[in-house]
Amino acid sequence: MSDNPKKSARRLQSRILRFCVYAAGACTLSVLLMLVLYILVKGLPHLTPELFSLHYNSENVSLFPALVNTVTMTFLSLLIAAPLGIFSAIYLVEYAKRGNKFVGVVRITAETLSGIPSIVYGLFGFLMFVIALDWGYSLLAGAFTLAIMILPVIMRTTEEALKSVPDSYREGSFGLGAGKLRTVFRIVLPAAMPGILAGIILSVGRIVGETAALIYTAGTVAQVPDTLLGSGRTLSVHMYSLWSEGLNSEQSYATAVVLLVIVASLNALSSALAKRLTGQKKERKKRDARSKA
Amino acid sequence: MKKFKERFMQVLFLLSALVSILAVALICIFLFANGIPAIREIGLWDFLSGTSWKPEQNIYGILPMIIGSIYVTAGAMLIGVPIGILTALFLVHFCPPKLYRFLKPAVDLLAGIPSIVYGFFGLMVIVPAIRNGLGGSGSSMLAASIVLGIMILPTIINVSESAIRAVPESYYEGSLALGASHERSVFFTVLPAAKSGVFAAVILGMGRAVGETMAVIMVAGNQTAMPGSPLQGLRTLTANIVMEMAYAADLHRGALIATAVVLFVFILIINLSFSLMKRRAKL
Repeated sequence: MSDNPKKSARRLQSRILRFCVYAAGACTLSVLLMLVLYILVKGLPHLTPELFSLHYNSENVSLFPALVNTVTMTFLSLLIAAPLGIFSAIYLVEYAKRGNKFVGVVRITAETLSGIPSIVYGLFGFLMFVIALDWGYSLLAGAFTLAIMILPVIMRTTEEALKSVPDSYREGSFGLGAGKLRTVFRIVLPAAMPGILAGIILSVGRIVGETAALIYTAGTVAQVPDTLLGSGRTLSVHMYSLWSEGLNSEQSYATAVVLLVIVASLNALSSALAKRLTGQKKERKKRDARSKA
Repeated sequence: MKKFKERFMQVLFLLSALVSILAVALICIFLFANGIPAIREIGLWDFLSGTSWKPEQNIYGILPMIIGSIYVTAGAMLIGVPIGILTALFLVHFCPPKLYRFLKPAVDLLAGIPSIVYGFFGLMVIVPAIRNGLGGSGSSMLAASIVLGIMILPTIINVSESAIRAVPESYYEGSLALGASHERSVFFTVLPAAKSGVFAAVILGMGRAVGETMAVIMVAGNQTAMPGSPLQGLRTLTANIVMEMAYAADLHRGALIATAVVLFVFILIINLSFSLMKRRAKL
């Protein structure tokens, strides 16, 4: 059979295709390994205790104030965006009638928001919060800008989480005489919580990694500001500033390590949550199957 | 009282849903209100087709940046799209489950790494490699394309993966039953069936590449001249805004905001085609 030329050509083709697929997989994996190892090898030796001194000066190039600012920024942005995102998802899933035109418009705008580049957000935040509202470069302006940026992420993940709660939960709650609001807060939201949290963690990752939207809203001052109306840079902006000052590449490596560790732990957290979510679903399915039988 | 609470919360939910509409409206208003006057003063045609950007002489032409953005994005697609789609195929149809449990989080990690870290990696590794291997200063279109190509990988992989997974198993089995090999079934039956989802992934990746800022300014060189060979530096629309916004005033600032308007319009077009694709793929 092997002397059939058509057949051996096909076999060759299959082999080439398989080679391409394996090569691509290897490529993706090796890019990631290279990136992570390079940052770790170059950064870990420079991760000195000095970098975590309380105040920044040109001698210690401390990243501690930036770390504090990152945490503040994350909490502020979530404080604004999480209720808004969760509430609008509740409206879209639980309250709006099917085929409601308004829902379509909200979906389209949310989709538009999620595609806008962060530098456009940064410019908008600069024009609106820093100049029009006259907050100046401040953590508050940065937080509001980021809140708009992560709003679609929280909305979409919450929507999906709410949709995955089976209708029987709601019907059971109504059947026991609970009102709509009580059903949403006591029954639906707790069941959807792991999915919502996974979305929130995803947006924390975006906040931590964001640079372009913050340079012209929160500014680049390397200290922890006294009030929320003061300027302060987050870790990513810290790294950018170190680069644009053209000095301190060692500290940049160290900062990259800290960022990498934060991102990796956030990812681990969110996948653990996702696992719990799918575990719940499987259990639910099992239970349903049992009750049917 | 209880009824009031129900009503109140329902209105609150509705108002929250309105916020995203309000946000898009505000972004449009602020950008256009600040950008359009500058475009009018410079002249739309002069602004879009002018080949030199010299703020100190009040000459504002962004054609080099438009072409720069297009070149860099095209380069990134050239690198990211084939590797991304093939990796997605690998994940779904070739990958042993044990490796998948490791590779999938790896792709997610790739998606989560901040762009500034990518830029730094490009600056420290890719730029010197190009300088030593191919000559030139290293900060170039090629460097930017490689960095962006890596950055859009996770987007393309994840979206294509779900598109490929959505293809019914029976397609694959039918092809096998007709005597096609595993590879031929995957490439000539499953992949075509996932076509529109994969296109959606490509468009989404394109949007990311066009909009990326921080990684690009660190490796692209940022000269305002018309882009030439892949080994020369260039400046993208996004880089233009970040580089000069800090000290711009008056018409210069207006021109930078107008640059953002052009970028915004680009992104809207890309978004629109993405939603059309997505609707067709029913993702």
